[in-house]
Amino acid sequence: MTTPSTAHPSRWQNWQRSLYRFRQSGLSIAGLAIVLVLLVIAVGGSWIVPFPEHISGGINTAARFKPPSSLYWFGTNELGQDVFTLVMAGARVSLIAGFGVVMIAAILGGLIGALAGYAGGWIDDVLMRLTDLMLTLPSLILAMAIAAALGAGLDNMVFAISMSWWPGFARLVRGEVIAKKEDLFVQAARALGASDSRILLRHVLPNVMSPIIIKMSLDMGFAILAVAALGFIGIGVKPPTPEWGSLLSLARGYLPDYWWTAIFPGLAIFFAVLGFNLLGDGLRDLFDPKARR
Amino acid sequence: MIRFIVRRLVLLVPVFIGLTLLVFTISHVLPGDPVKLAAGPQATAEEIASLSREFGMDRPLPQQYWHYATGLLQGDWGQSVLTRRPVAADLKIYLPATLELVFAAIFLAILIGIPAGLLSAITANRWPDYLTRILSLASIAMPRFFLALVLQLVFAMSLAWLPLNGRFPIIDLPPPAITGMLTIDSLLAGDWLAFTTSCEHLLMPALAMSLSPLATITRMMRASTLDVLQQDYVLTERALGLSQSLIILKYVLRNAFSSTLTVIGLYIGWLLSGSVLVETVFDWPGIGLYATKAIVTQDFMPVMGVTLSIGFIFVLVNLVIDLLYGVINPKVRYQ
Repeated sequence: MTTPSTAHPSRWQNWQRSLYRFRQSGLSIAGLAIVLVLLVIAVGGSWIVPFPEHISGGINTAARFKPPSSLYWFGTNELGQDVFTLVMAGARVSLIAGFGVVMIAAILGGLIGALAGYAGGWIDDVLMRLTDLMLTLPSLILAMAIAAALGAGLDNMVFAISMSWWPGFARLVRGEVIAKKEDLFVQAARALGASDSRILLRHVLPNVMSPIIIKMSLDMGFAILAVAALGFIGIGVKPPTPEWGSLLSLARGYLPDYWWTAIFPGLAIFFAVLGFNLLGDGLRDLFDPKARR
Repeated sequence: MIRFIVRRLVLLVPVFIGLTLLVFTISHVLPGDPVKLAAGPQATAEEIASLSREFGMDRPLPQQYWHYATGLLQGDWGQSVLTRRPVAADLKIYLPATLELVFAAIFLAILIGIPAGLLSAITANRWPDYLTRILSLASIAMPRFFLALVLQLVFAMSLAWLPLNGRFPIIDLPPPAITGMLTIDSLLAGDWLAFTTSCEHLLMPALAMSLSPLATITRMMRASTLDVLQQDYVLTERALGLSQSLIILKYVLRNAFSSTLTVIGLYIGWLLSGSVLVETVFDWPGIGLYATKAIVTQDFMPVMGVTLSIGFIFVLVNLVIDLLYGVINPKVRYQ
């Protein structure tokens, strides 16, 4: 009775099945929804917030420390700025910074891992020992030290965090490249006389993209968290950049009376990280059936 | 087993050398002139040069590294340019405070995580399970520094149940320092009041730090318990009439051990490094606060000291955990 098509489901059928499972999983959908909302806020930015002038540092001393109301949804801060506006504007900062961290880490780690895995021998040994050593160093303190030495600025902060983030990607990509480089299609390319760089870039790397993308999506939430952590410590961005971590850090001085200045930026970080984590888990299940329980 | 331990210990030597080399290189590649900063804005070029000579920073880099590495072996971890205090002496004061925090966080994570994971597995796909799983997802996404603030807001500022920050009241006499960890020192001194006081100070920061390892332990316990409960031998025992609680006691205990070990190995470095955040909120005088102050003033030596000591602890703890795996599970023993 069994036909070949049911015994060996086509790639398309696999996809549909995975997509169905993704839709069945409420948590993945919730994650996707949070991330979509964040994206809309980040893109819409200054058009959708009630007080766009506050984003660039405009103040309103007449309205200092107003509690949440219908006019100021999340209340106002010590400068009379609308906390809702600042939190919305912070979405763009966090998303760009988080994506920057993950992107730089993936490219740098990917190159190092690919080179190590493809070249093998002493190059592999040296690069992987370096990666292992990097993994034993305290990443947050390393990122803080690099960011402080480079000076304030979002780009310096992103660079500093990604400098402590790449080893994970290097290990992942090395493993994938080693698994792929003996595959038949790579041997075929080699037999046809393709150069090493061509084989690596055109044949091996495209085939290890999906684990890289999954790791990027899984890491995105933690990258946003790391950005907020540096902002909270006071290293990296400086006001008036509406960064969630630094908003929270400023609000510390006004607790407990003006709790709204702290609670809303904190909740924003929490939901952003949660959203990306849930989405990342869902994507992993979608693309990597082996990891599914 | 002995050969395995010896081999692993010998392998530590190149790792430690590599760590010092890496940390030294990173801190000297970074821009910034600590001597100039420490000398102050009005310092003349001559004053800066003499300060730089005093700290040996005018010498070529390989010489500086050699001086630093040989110093480390003799217990000389360099000197802070700013406070002129030896880094080793500072670490001796601040490291125990952070270790106490980290141990307390791991203790809380185990204490809550293992029963929570068990509960989740036993009630799989019913509401206690859903609740635990949602809570652990939320715990992983929750920023430690935000939770720390919320805890302060609720339990210290509003309810006034717990002290707002610090390690020990300044006006009270702390127990004599033996380990440097106040809870243990006060127990050793038999000082019950000091013990409860230091526990009160420890509770909120430890809780804020324990969240992620707690969620991970819970998840691992749930997964491994479910795994065990579906094994054939468990089905057999159940068919023979053994009670669920007996089966869990008999088979799940080993999982509790190994998942705890894994989590400690995974999180020890993360907790030591992440202590910066919680220590900032609670003014906890540990290496995190120490490192932050040094980083802001670009004072190399303390930052290198903190980074290296965390790296060393990470490597050593993971070695011990690898060995313990071998002890609890003979299948893991390898050459």
